[in-house]
Amino acid sequence: MSDIIKNGRVHVDEWTVLRLAEGDEAATIVLPAGRVIVPLAVWQARREELLPKAEAGVLGVWLAGNEDPTELAGDLSALPLIAVDFPKFADGRGYSIATLLRTRLGYGGELRAIGNVLRDQFFFLLRCGFSVLQPQEDKYTPAQLEAALASLIDFTEPYQGAVDRPEPLFRRQPRRPLHKEAA
Amino acid sequence: MYQYDEYDQRIVDERVAQFADQTRRYLAGELTEDEFRPLRLQNGLYIQRHAPMLRIAVPYGNLNSKQLRTLAHIARTYDRGYGHITTRQNIQFNWPRLEDVPEILDLLAKVQMHAIQTSGNCIRNVTSDPFAGVAADEIVDPRPWCEILRQWSTFHPEFAFLPRKFKIAVNGAKEDRAVIRVHDIGLDIVHNAAGELGFRVLVGGGLGRTPIIGEEVAAFVPWQQILNYCEAILRVYNLHGRRDNAYKARIKILVKALGVPEFARQVEEEFAHLKDGPSTLTQAEIERVASRFNDPVLSALAQDAGYRARLAEDKAFAAWARRNVRDHRVQGYASVVLSLKPYGVAPGDLTADQFDAVAELADRYAFGEVRSTHEQNIVLASVREADLFALWQDARAIGLATPNIGLLTDIISCPGGDFCALANAKSIPIANAIQDRFDNLDYLFDIGELEINISGCMNACGHHHVGHVGILGVDKNGEEFYQVTIGGEQGNQTTLGKVIGPSFAAAEMPDVITSLINNFIDNRQDDERFIDTVRRIGVESFKTRVYAERAARLEAKEIAHV
Ligand code: HEM
Ligand code: SF4
Repeated sequence: MSDIIKNGRVHVDEWTVLRLAEGDEAATIVLPAGRVIVPLAVWQARREELLPKAEAGVLGVWLAGNEDPTELAGDLSALPLIAVDFPKFADGRGYSIATLLRTRLGYGGELRAIGNVLRDQFFFLLRCGFSVLQPQEDKYTPAQLEAALASLIDFTEPYQGAVDRPEPLFRRQPRRPLHKEAA
Repeated sequence: MYQYDEYDQRIVDERVAQFADQTRRYLAGELTEDEFRPLRLQNGLYIQRHAPMLRIAVPYGNLNSKQLRTLAHIARTYDRGYGHITTRQNIQFNWPRLEDVPEILDLLAKVQMHAIQTSGNCIRNVTSDPFAGVAADEIVDPRPWCEILRQWSTFHPEFAFLPRKFKIAVNGAKEDRAVIRVHDIGLDIVHNAAGELGFRVLVGGGLGRTPIIGEEVAAFVPWQQILNYCEAILRVYNLHGRRDNAYKARIKILVKALGVPEFARQVEEEFAHLKDGPSTLTQAEIERVASRFNDPVLSALAQDAGYRARLAEDKAFAAWARRNVRDHRVQGYASVVLSLKPYGVAPGDLTADQFDAVAELADRYAFGEVRSTHEQNIVLASVREADLFALWQDARAIGLATPNIGLLTDIISCPGGDFCALANAKSIPIANAIQDRFDNLDYLFDIGELEINISGCMNACGHHHVGHVGILGVDKNGEEFYQVTIGGEQGNQTTLGKVIGPSFAAAEMPDVITSLINNFIDNRQDDERFIDTVRRIGVESFKTRVYAERAARLEAKEIAHV
């Protein structure tokens, strides 16, 4: 079981991320037991079958970087968890996908970053509305993961609005003009 | 110039701590090379031919004397005694050690500077007019808008890992001096028919291996909405820009692929959701930011009689004033360009002592501030006419008063093969060889305005496409060759130059320029500029002349060898 970061702390994860390997078919792949996060293709192929599991809180869906979050627009209230995959940490599409899920589509459930999730991106991920960060298993030792919590708060007062703090700094805090001596 | 408040300072301080820890983890083996690379790039740190290269942000080219002194100290302590002004108004050091960078950033933070997002696939330093706030043709001072964009783009969480780098430039004057048409976003501050202030938005410009001139995506975006509109552009780009091929990843390729109308439609659709949202700007915020520039309040002075007398009696001073002094919007003041193009020096280089000396000039004559220009020179924005003569003498003493601004020897050049690992060919020696050929000032003045831009490879860091004469280093079977374009132009008429023909060996370049100039002089009407003659008579006649004279030279050489 991999460790995840949630609410500023390290937790043991209860979910399994299902990835389709070469030759796997979305329509027929056998789901692992327990809580599982399935690819969008599996969800779309077997929505009828999987909907009760989602509603029971034991099935979530993950999106790849090239998948459109509006595909899930009708399912948001049923899904307890949506994950967004980062195939490479430097592939930044997931930040916009998360932002759209939270702001445009109003998704309020767990939003999880999976894939190549590294501590030096934690701050950005949180700001874009991710509530759970899941680094790859074995990426960090337990001690390193604890140390990595510091990166969640690399910056205390960011300038711009984002999902976590929709208002930009100039609306959140009183920023002062520079008063000139009367000429 | 803009003065940080506690929040600005805190963000820069937190960045120093963050990067120090990242560097420590990298050196301890906790971060892989691949993981560290984007992190150091977003801090301006490239690994180059000799050593890391550190690019320091100079927001829209603004610097004060305290910052200049810190740069002098950095050049002396951590580098080999000099720094380089880039075509994006930033400053680069070529020799710092990676281990020293956190310390350098700490020194910079103490004078309100940083290296944030000077490289990497993120929103880069916003550039603008070096004469902002003082130009006679200014509509609106672009600096507060640049600062607002700087703050918005700094650590923007959604746009830290774009498909490719992203450059924004802002112009607020009638004549564009910020090359906004070759930026990913070019913003032109305009008034609409109702007299309201807003931005004309150009998207998809860029040089590099696929040079494209940006096209208008919105004719008028009200100023309140500009961050919302930029966010819409960036989101469309972040989601749909290509990530499979770095050469096709700039926004210009996306705009071309979709076509401007479809790209604009997608941006409008996104913008419809963001319009009037929390990032909408307020009058109070604009005024607050503007107030923090703390500009000197200048009132008109009588024209200075002493200055005019000096001009009449001192030919050298008059020559300098003619080329390096510009009108100021306030009577009795002028703007001065210090030339970083003396002969035989890498264009844009300043020694540590010169950084200190420029700081001294700024304090003495220019309210403690300077601007860097994308032409790789330094501007003192507001100088009293009465001080110009003394300033000239002081500038001369430190080698920064070459009277060549806008002339043939005021060459823009990238670092090229002497420093850059991507280069096909050297740039700096070519610039120096051309300067050497044209060392007669009277002749230079006769030739008049001419921009020569040199890049060492097709990445176009030296803006060769928009030079009146563009020189591009190419690799020909492992040898350094140079392709020449003419007819390029920056500004309101931004045009990409046309290639005149097969490339030349390095040693031929001064002769090639001589042929171009001779053809110009022979065809020139009245006081036409080189670029005007090229436009009027076309490229062909220049091409014929250059290659005919080249053939004659080669023949003469063969005869000499027989
Ligand atoms: C020495 C290290 C440098 C490296 C490795 C480097 C790399 C690059 C690359 C790869 C591009 C092409 C990007 C693209 O087309 O997408 C580029 C463009 C550019 N660089 Fe550099 N560069 C360096 C130094 C400089 C310097 C010193 C300057 C200023 C003198 C500069 C200014 C620019 C500009 C203005 C462009 C054109 C931007 C555009 O296409 O919009 N670079 N650089
Ligand atoms: S144009 Fe090429 S050679 Fe010159 S600095 Fe840029 S990447 Fe290097």
